[in-house]
Amino acid sequence: MTYLAKPKLHHPTLPVNTLGFTRRDYEGAVSTLCAGCGHDSISAAIIEACYELDVEPHRLAKLSGIGCSSKTPTYFLGNSHGFNSVHGRMPSVLTGANLANRDLIYLGVSGDGDSASIGLGQFAHSMRRGVNMVYIVENNGVYGLTKGQFSATADKGSKSKRGVTNRDAPVDLVGLALQLGATFVARSFSGDKAQLVPLVKAALEHQGAAFIDVISPCVAFNNHAGSTKSYDYVREHNEAVNFLDFMPVRETITTDYAPGSLREVVQHDGSVLRLRKIAEEYEPTDRIAAMNYLQQHHAKGEVVTGLLYLDPEADDLHAHLNTVATPLNRLGEKELCPGSAALVNINASLR
Amino acid sequence: MKQITAVNDFVIKFANINGSGSASANELFAKSILRMGVPVSPRNIFPSNIQGLPTWYEVRVTEQGYLGRRGGVDLMVAMNPQTWKQDVAEIEPGGYLFYDSTKALPKSAFRDDVNVIGMPLTEICNATYTDSRERQLFKNIIYVGALSALIGLDADEVAELIGEQYKGKEKLLKPNLHALQLGRTYAQNHLQCPIGLTVKRANAVGDRIFLEGNAAAALGLVYGGATVCAWYPITPSSSLAEAFQRHCSKYRTDPDSGKSRFAIVQAEDELASIGIVIGAGWNGARAFTATSGPGISLMTEFIGLAYFAEIPATIIDVQRGGPSTGMPTRTQQADILQCAYASNGDTKHVMLFPEDPHECFEHAALALDLADRLQTPVFVMTDLDIGMNQRLCEPLVWDDAKTMDRGKVMNFDDLESGKEFGRYLDVDGDGIPYRTYPGTHPTKGSFFTRGTTKDRYARYSEEGPVYVDNMQRLLKKFETAKSLVPKPVLTAAAEPARFGVIYYGSTSPAMHEALETLAAQGTYVNALRVRAFPFQDEIADFVATHSKVFVVEQNRDGQLKTLLVNEAGINPAGLIPVLHYDGTPITARFITGEIAARVARLNVIPLRRTSA
Repeated sequence: MTYLAKPKLHHPTLPVNTLGFTRRDYEGAVSTLCAGCGHDSISAAIIEACYELDVEPHRLAKLSGIGCSSKTPTYFLGNSHGFNSVHGRMPSVLTGANLANRDLIYLGVSGDGDSASIGLGQFAHSMRRGVNMVYIVENNGVYGLTKGQFSATADKGSKSKRGVTNRDAPVDLVGLALQLGATFVARSFSGDKAQLVPLVKAALEHQGAAFIDVISPCVAFNNHAGSTKSYDYVREHNEAVNFLDFMPVRETITTDYAPGSLREVVQHDGSVLRLRKIAEEYEPTDRIAAMNYLQQHHAKGEVVTGLLYLDPEADDLHAHLNTVATPLNRLGEKELCPGSAALVNINASLR
Repeated sequence: MKQITAVNDFVIKFANINGSGSASANELFAKSILRMGVPVSPRNIFPSNIQGLPTWYEVRVTEQGYLGRRGGVDLMVAMNPQTWKQDVAEIEPGGYLFYDSTKALPKSAFRDDVNVIGMPLTEICNATYTDSRERQLFKNIIYVGALSALIGLDADEVAELIGEQYKGKEKLLKPNLHALQLGRTYAQNHLQCPIGLTVKRANAVGDRIFLEGNAAAALGLVYGGATVCAWYPITPSSSLAEAFQRHCSKYRTDPDSGKSRFAIVQAEDELASIGIVIGAGWNGARAFTATSGPGISLMTEFIGLAYFAEIPATIIDVQRGGPSTGMPTRTQQADILQCAYASNGDTKHVMLFPEDPHECFEHAALALDLADRLQTPVFVMTDLDIGMNQRLCEPLVWDDAKTMDRGKVMNFDDLESGKEFGRYLDVDGDGIPYRTYPGTHPTKGSFFTRGTTKDRYARYSEEGPVYVDNMQRLLKKFETAKSLVPKPVLTAAAEPARFGVIYYGSTSPAMHEALETLAAQGTYVNALRVRAFPFQDEIADFVATHSKVFVVEQNRDGQLKTLLVNEAGINPAGLIPVLHYDGTPITARFITGEIAARVARLNVIPLRRTSA
């Protein structure tokens, strides 16, 4: 029912967060994606995460490329600046925006065509630069807007809706992110809100390159038997390694877990990640172990989900570039222009 | 045998091997002449190579101040056996050949009409130094020493320059001075000094400065307030980003924290470079990239986005020979059309055409203001000839009262006071809308930026009239740009002139010399130097008041001429292209020859049959 406008009035009893905003305040325009699209669940998870984290909507900038996933920033955080850039190039635009103002939160939303095909280079380089951002790939293994072609994340041997078998090996974005130095790497499933919301929250608080690969079935072109990105396939093959409770700095930890099944990780900013371990041997702060684990389980046909890697001491591009604390877009003539007196000396040195 | 004799007016060319350390010795030579008050105009002619291939350094010594390339060589310093034959052939009859005579060469290797000066450079080096690298490096200084005696350079000026260069590096200073003296003494004792070409102290340099356009543009970007630079290495623009880094380290480091008031990213390619610039510009920082033609090709999709989404971006295009990879180390003005119309769909972009390093500084700073004011990409169209060669130019000036023009930006108070915000709403009638930076206000002024069509309030719309409305406003904005970009500069002839000439960019010095030569021959031509696109009315008026106007360019297809016809409504019949595009800088000889020949043809009055 995408042609119906959302009512503007809120019910007076809607709960509010500490900023006084309701969930509705974090919503955007009505989605124009297909009914049942996994992407809409991800938008809902982003809304929930921002609401629960008390994010000031205008202090977050949402950026995307081109494709179904890249349309979604219109459907959440209507009071945030958004930028629907060009195909596969969101990472560079986000990097530039981040350089201009380090004080905002940057949320990049992309798809598997946008990030694993045309934008694979920009995806890779934003990870290795450690841009402070949340980078979500809404991964359905298929080109939806152009009607059902395979994308580069489609598994070898998987079948398209038209019955064509994919012969190319898939690009594994999680594996790449780990190899390239992302400091927060997770995978989730759009159908698992309980897992996804805390991951988005933790990623928003992470001060570095945070990547979440979200398997998000395409109901129109990739939800059939033979697809490895369908709701049924992912539910059957989902191997969660942990379940995350995200604790912002100010919250006291009250939840209790059985000893041995809990792993606490304190991030740089003081926030605490509590991981309920499902796979006992999984060690989320060991990059190499994570890469091994993922590869072994991928070979068995399992889709490993959860918080796969976290560097609690992460830093970001601004730290690498040693930039001043004041956002660059707020510096004025006094800070930037050396003035005419310096120019006299420069001229003198050039004679 | 004839010997060319000239004082303060000749061309000396050094033929070297890339990577042999000759560059700093040759620069030392050129600067020594400047210190004697005589203008010089040096040019690097180099291959796409790191080590081993031939490279040349051509110095025009010109008391009259003709800074264009002259053409022809009076004294060849032939240090490269690979190019011996072509180097010897290039010398003017009666000119001089200076060479390393350690190994005897057959008589057939020389020319009868050239004065040969042999000096056993390798032998001297081998006798003096044991380290092979020292032998190579000091050989260069030794020949500078010898040349100083041969053409009458003031040895003290050379020594002082070496002193400045190695200030604080005393270990290097002494052996360099020694090598200089070694060469000079040898020449004084064994060669006939001076030769017919001499430098005489003059007072023709004034307070002018000597620097490369890339370094000047980088400095302009520092002064203009650029804080984000994203770039990808490409000849001939790489030294611009590197100079920006150098200048920033010096002038933009916070003295208290030691932190940087700038961010420079060497991106993975040109697509990412311009993407970063656009992201930063969208978010309110002044950002630029420096590139060359092939880089512009790659950036084209993004440039279209910035035009349509109205995001400031400054692009310095240091042009080189095209098409495709073309001639990476040669100069051309061949990106004019590509930049004017970069992108799919209907687009037009603002361009500035600096003539020398002085204007590279000015235009780079101005481009940042224009980009913010017009909310659009702005190109500074320099080239290899200006960018990578040191050029004598007026000192750089800066008015401390000047502030950055950040254009139309609504802040928190504007939004709070209830001012209407429509991202693409033409409030002032100049086609330029207001924008907001992300993060300004919790509930007002946010908008969604997109490359697809939208209405005045940035809402997605594919309605035809909405699209046309927006495209018409963009045209109006381009019209507004005419009043903001630098006006053309007229050089009027001494006598009333039927003919005019239009030129731009690095053609300037050659053009001015040609105008003087033509005037001396009795051909008077009014000249108009175009400094920007969009074109102001003055340009069409200039064409209208002359029977024919030559358009002098360094490309094959007359790209500026095409643009003049397309965009200024000029009748092409009135324009005569004068085109130089072999990759070498245009010369006054070429322009004079072309214009003189055409004027002669145009002045012929055809015979008419008289009716009975």
